[in-house]
Amino acid sequence: MKRRKFLRSSLGAGMAAGAMMSFGRYEKLFAGKPMPSGANYDLVAVMGGEPAAMFDLGIQAMGGMGTFVGKGQKVLVKPNIGWDVVPDKGANTNPALVKRVIEHCFRAGAKEVYVFDNTCDNWIKCYKNSGIEQTVKDAGAKMVPSGSESYYQEVTIPNGKKLTKTKVHELVLSSDVFINVPILKHHSSARMTGALKNMMGVVWDRGYWHRNNLNQCIADYTLFDKKPALNIMDAYNVMMRNGPRGVSVGDLSNMKSLMISTDWVAIDAAGAKMMGKEPSSIEHIALAAAMGAGKMDLSSMNIHRMKM
Amino acid sequence: MRSSALRHIRTVFAVFVLLIFVYLFIDYRGTLGEKAFGPILYLQFAPSLLKFVIAGVAAATGFIVIIILTLITGRTYCSFLCPLGILQDVFSRMGGLIKRRFRRYGYKKPYTWLRYFILVLTAGILVLGGVYVLTILDPYSIFGRFMTYFGQPVVLLINNLLATLLGKFDIYALYRIDIVPYELAAYFIPVAFLFLVGFLSFRYGRLYCNTVCPVGTFLGLLSKLSIFRIRFEEEKCTRCGRCAMACKSSCIDFLNKHIDVSRCVNCFNCLDSCSENAMSYGPVRLRRSTKKEETDPSRRNFITGSIVLLTGASQLLRAQGDPPAPTKESTVREDRLYPVSPPGSVSIESYISRCTACSLCIIECPTHVLQPSVSEYGFASIMQPRMDFHRGFCNYDCNRCTDVCPTGAIMPLMIEAKKLTQLGKAVFIKENCIVHTEKTACGACSEHCPTKACHMVPYEGKLLIPEVRDEICIGCGACEYACPTKPYKAIFVDGNPVHEAALKPETEELEATPDEFPF
Repeated sequence: MKRRKFLRSSLGAGMAAGAMMSFGRYEKLFAGKPMPSGANYDLVAVMGGEPAAMFDLGIQAMGGMGTFVGKGQKVLVKPNIGWDVVPDKGANTNPALVKRVIEHCFRAGAKEVYVFDNTCDNWIKCYKNSGIEQTVKDAGAKMVPSGSESYYQEVTIPNGKKLTKTKVHELVLSSDVFINVPILKHHSSARMTGALKNMMGVVWDRGYWHRNNLNQCIADYTLFDKKPALNIMDAYNVMMRNGPRGVSVGDLSNMKSLMISTDWVAIDAAGAKMMGKEPSSIEHIALAAAMGAGKMDLSSMNIHRMKM
Repeated sequence: MRSSALRHIRTVFAVFVLLIFVYLFIDYRGTLGEKAFGPILYLQFAPSLLKFVIAGVAAATGFIVIIILTLITGRTYCSFLCPLGILQDVFSRMGGLIKRRFRRYGYKKPYTWLRYFILVLTAGILVLGGVYVLTILDPYSIFGRFMTYFGQPVVLLINNLLATLLGKFDIYALYRIDIVPYELAAYFIPVAFLFLVGFLSFRYGRLYCNTVCPVGTFLGLLSKLSIFRIRFEEEKCTRCGRCAMACKSSCIDFLNKHIDVSRCVNCFNCLDSCSENAMSYGPVRLRRSTKKEETDPSRRNFITGSIVLLTGASQLLRAQGDPPAPTKESTVREDRLYPVSPPGSVSIESYISRCTACSLCIIECPTHVLQPSVSEYGFASIMQPRMDFHRGFCNYDCNRCTDVCPTGAIMPLMIEAKKLTQLGKAVFIKENCIVHTEKTACGACSEHCPTKACHMVPYEGKLLIPEVRDEICIGCGACEYACPTKPYKAIFVDGNPVHEAALKPETEELEATPDEFPF
């Protein structure tokens, strides 16, 4: 938290203004309005635009990417690339969003940006057909392999009830900033997948989680040191059933939304609401909230809602 | 043509062919386009023959081209096109580097009985019983297995070292791949042949090709009729014997100025070796043979006898080769009544009668779900690939194996048709399921199911438990692979002995999309 506070105080306002200027297209949206007061919001929610444009707007409201990413830092951007499907199927994080997140990281001074996911389908096919590999390369970031156990290192999770150790991708350990970019979807096992569930893509052995109380393991992982500094939830095309892979585009609801929060429980709670579910009905959200990983009571939060 | 030109042409051509085939089998990144496989594999004799005759693919005429080529030029195939033949030349050269006398061959008598027995055995079993002997002896498939079982791991090892090195410099152009060995029993035949072919070629040139290889023996028979041959210019020959020493096939009887054309593989080393220009390659000179070749009645009897014998033997083999019949009612264990054959194989019976286990599909399969079988299809079908859902699952949007098979064992299948081809059906074993035994949420199976044939239905309390809709299940095995229970899975795919058509999953309308934030 020290680093974040330092960055916030020293860079926050300046970077926000800088970001503002660099995205002239949206400047007029704020004409006559006061600047958002930095990252004081628990949650920023944007609706009605294209994913990249919504992110531009949302991250400004959060105080700009410079609030989270410092000069010369190594950033890990972790989308959900779980399935070998094209972007229109809504099973993977929108590639245009991933690209824009990377661009903001570089503008904020990131030295290097890395992207990976431990996919469910063959990782090479997922990287390619999700469109994410291409946009990551276009944005100048590095797409990192994930298909060998040798990329994963064992870490301990003190106080985990079921998950006390797990193997995480080496990049989680070697990067300075971790940005979580899940896509909101229905999920046949966990009922919903968002920011918390997206962490199953940084570990090697998901089977262990499934064998040992899936929802508790998802909640336990929030006790691990390396937490995301920022969570960006893609809710552009939301898979309402047949998740997490989806059977057809008929499973998608075109919500054209995006949420940003530093609190991964809060963002998942908002995601649950978007899908018409009560956050407390999603077991892993309730467990994570009870363990102090974040807040799930949206009514008590400072939420900034924007429409484009 | 005289001089060393022919030999040089042969060497360059053969190296080129070998490199192509090596690349074909170590292409772990799948860089070859689907259109590349047909032309590369077109001229491989045994696969083409199988594809044409058994699978009935009219375009697979490569073997006819080879027959014509052989009738005109002799066993050019063996030195120019057969990857195993070329590999043996490499071994022979290595042998010569270690001991020079290994490269001094000299004339030897052929193992006539053995070679014709193997040819008759292979052909007889093929006609009457199935592909089993050809699977073991087809030179292209032997080469394919060498590369798959021994070549690929070496390449992966080098790749992994380089990937690690580059990774230190933050370069991820190469990626590490876990090297997972196949089932131990599947190595038996490839290892045995590596020693057999390796030793024979290291020490004795093309002895394997002229003694064991049924394709070599068959083409040898044809080449007895060939128009172009190696010839002696009697007036120039000084009987120095250099040609015989250089002959990898040990087929030049220089004292009698006779070349056993059935064993000559057109390597043209003899042309190069002759300092007197007494040898040439050209159309055979018609002249009456001074001594008429005698027919050997005992040989004919033997061949007839073998055919009769084989009729019976092949039936025995066939009985063993049948896919295992159902033996039990289903129980808690994964009791697979049938193994699962790859998409495009249509039925287990036709698949195992066409596959020569060259293992190209195993190399090409991106998910490594294709693994050599041991006894799943019956021991006679050992090494023929099966779907092993403990190691991987069939990627929904992939039909790579159907693009690469040279024998017609796996027929081409368009991707949309593949998505509706049911290889087997998922069977749920509730007694093994985490949701039932632990009373905690799981659903990994349903998560991975591409058609949601495996879907979750209410169980005790708030829990959901899987249920399978057979009619839309395609048997891809994603559920079985993802199922975390040990040692037995709570869901597994039981193969369809004949692949069936699955129904397309239906979709209903969704409720209206919200246009305000619900929070």
